Amino acid sequence: MLKGRAHKYGDNVDTDVIIPARYLTTIDWDELASHCMVDIDVDFTNRVRPGDVMVAGWNFGCGSSREHAPIAIKASGISCVIAKSFARIFYRNAINIGLPIIECTEAVDDIECGDMVSVDMEKGIIINLTEGREYHAMGFPPFMQEIINSDGLIGYIKDNRK
Amino acid sequence: MGMTMTQKILAHSAGAGAVEPGQFIMSDLDLVLGNDITTPVAIEEFKKIGKADVFHTQKVAIVPDHFTPNKDIRAAEQCRAIRDFVHQMDIENYFEVGEMGIEHALIPEKGLVVAGDVVIGADSHTCTYGALGAFATGVGSTDMAAGMAMGKAWFKVPEAIKFVLTGKKQKWVSGKDIILHIIGMIGVDGALYKSMEYTGQGLSDLSMDERFTIANMAIEAGAKNGIFEVDEKTITYMEQHSTKKYDIFKADDDAEYSEVYEIDLESIRPTVAFPHLPDNTRTIDEIGDIPIDQVVIGSCTNGRLEDLQIAANILKGKTIKKGVRTIIIPATQKIYLEALREGLIEIFIEAGAVVSTPTCGPCLGGHMGILAKGERAISTTNRNFVGRMGHKESEVYLASPAVAASSAITGRISSPEEVL
Repeated sequence: MLKGRAHKYGDNVDTDVIIPARYLTTIDWDELASHCMVDIDVDFTNRVRPGDVMVAGWNFGCGSSREHAPIAIKASGISCVIAKSFARIFYRNAINIGLPIIECTEAVDDIECGDMVSVDMEKGIIINLTEGREYHAMGFPPFMQEIINSDGLIGYIKDNRK
Repeated sequence: MGMTMTQKILAHSAGAGAVEPGQFIMSDLDLVLGNDITTPVAIEEFKKIGKADVFHTQKVAIVPDHFTPNKDIRAAEQCRAIRDFVHQMDIENYFEVGEMGIEHALIPEKGLVVAGDVVIGADSHTCTYGALGAFATGVGSTDMAAGMAMGKAWFKVPEAIKFVLTGKKQKWVSGKDIILHIIGMIGVDGALYKSMEYTGQGLSDLSMDERFTIANMAIEAGAKNGIFEVDEKTITYMEQHSTKKYDIFKADDDAEYSEVYEIDLESIRPTVAFPHLPDNTRTIDEIGDIPIDQVVIGSCTNGRLEDLQIAANILKGKTIKKGVRTIIIPATQKIYLEALREGLIEIFIEAGAVVSTPTCGPCLGGHMGILAKGERAISTTNRNFVGRMGHKESEVYLASPAVAASSAITGRISSPEEVL
């Protein structure tokens, strides 16, 4: 069970604002995390606590294929991203590095910044603990669940080579 | 049920007779690509797999193009890590400064992709190669690492949107205007997870350079890939650039599409995308007075020879407005040399522009033309997100080379019809 406070954003949050290109001269996870969301939410890195969830509208993670984007989010302590929809490369990258993501329009519309939220990825249940409301989302298809169970794509490949 | 072009290529690559939208498949890859930003992350993941070699020394291509020539010490260190890896793995298709170009202009020019290929690239604009009738899609670094190790990638078979092009373009309208028009029409997530397939009699009015531009920006509509039906022009291009065997896949007559759009090329006007999304489009007739500080003509979208020829046609004998920094970036060394031989570079310099060695540079706010707070650029690149070319309070307007060159002369966003 993932649990934390919500940080909420709008539609079309692109990977350039999640981690601007000027910070892409490193592959250090913590350094990437220290610049996460800086161009649209300068205080995010001060506010975020381990376990917090990110909540956003349609087409989250659009734009560049930089895997540094889900890495920066994960390394900043975010335990799960809930969005109305995800851009497809971001979706792949998040699964490949083991950042839980879930699509649920109803939850996104209802959750406010600062609400305490819990997410059960297996059952696809999101609970707004602040408001006492529950939302149901689709879990991962079996194919992706296998990758998640192997802790990402690299683990999946290792498991399948044995 | 019939299959689309993309579905047919994917079925073939997975060794399946037929595939359906939504189905998960494992495809054999013809090329795995990376650049200087995504490859360092991929190398770390590749090491974790524990495999001694890449799956094929000719089917991996690595092009340091984003922060090169190395913009600072850290960029230099990343490029060195790539260079070491390339030597260790005997990767043949590595293109160092001096022979490199912007990856999506370089790879087709080098003949590394042909029709029917399945390509993944750790760069979102990998979809460019759909212009050749290949299935090409952007992925992240972990997928690149897995692709380098196994020569395979998993895909969810996409649905497709069909664009039937008819008629002929007006003067000064180019591929860039067509794709901006389409993105404006369907939105930045209008093709999310889907293929954008281009067909129809209007294809004959599009050069290969224009098709690369259109396929390149499929990602800006959220698409998995953009793909063009192969015709005589495609075959001529492949035969001039490649010795690889190509496979032409045509959509079945009864293929199913989630949407079909008929686009009359005649009806499209020069189009500009306003900040901060590529779907925020207006025709040149609805622009108003927008002064600019910088013009960029280049990138994987519009840095090809024809783009430079169009810009030179407009800038010939003219003077760029004082105070407007105009940066022109041929996308590859070959394009640069051809532009030089044709006298285009001289035209640019005499007009008051600077000409740069190939690099992605300013497109992603890397180097070679970063914007200060409050500054505004018109650019032939592909994204106008917040902070994309520099300060988070700067602005990028996306347009064709013709509109960008015209704007350089007047100092505000302008139509070619106004300056010629």
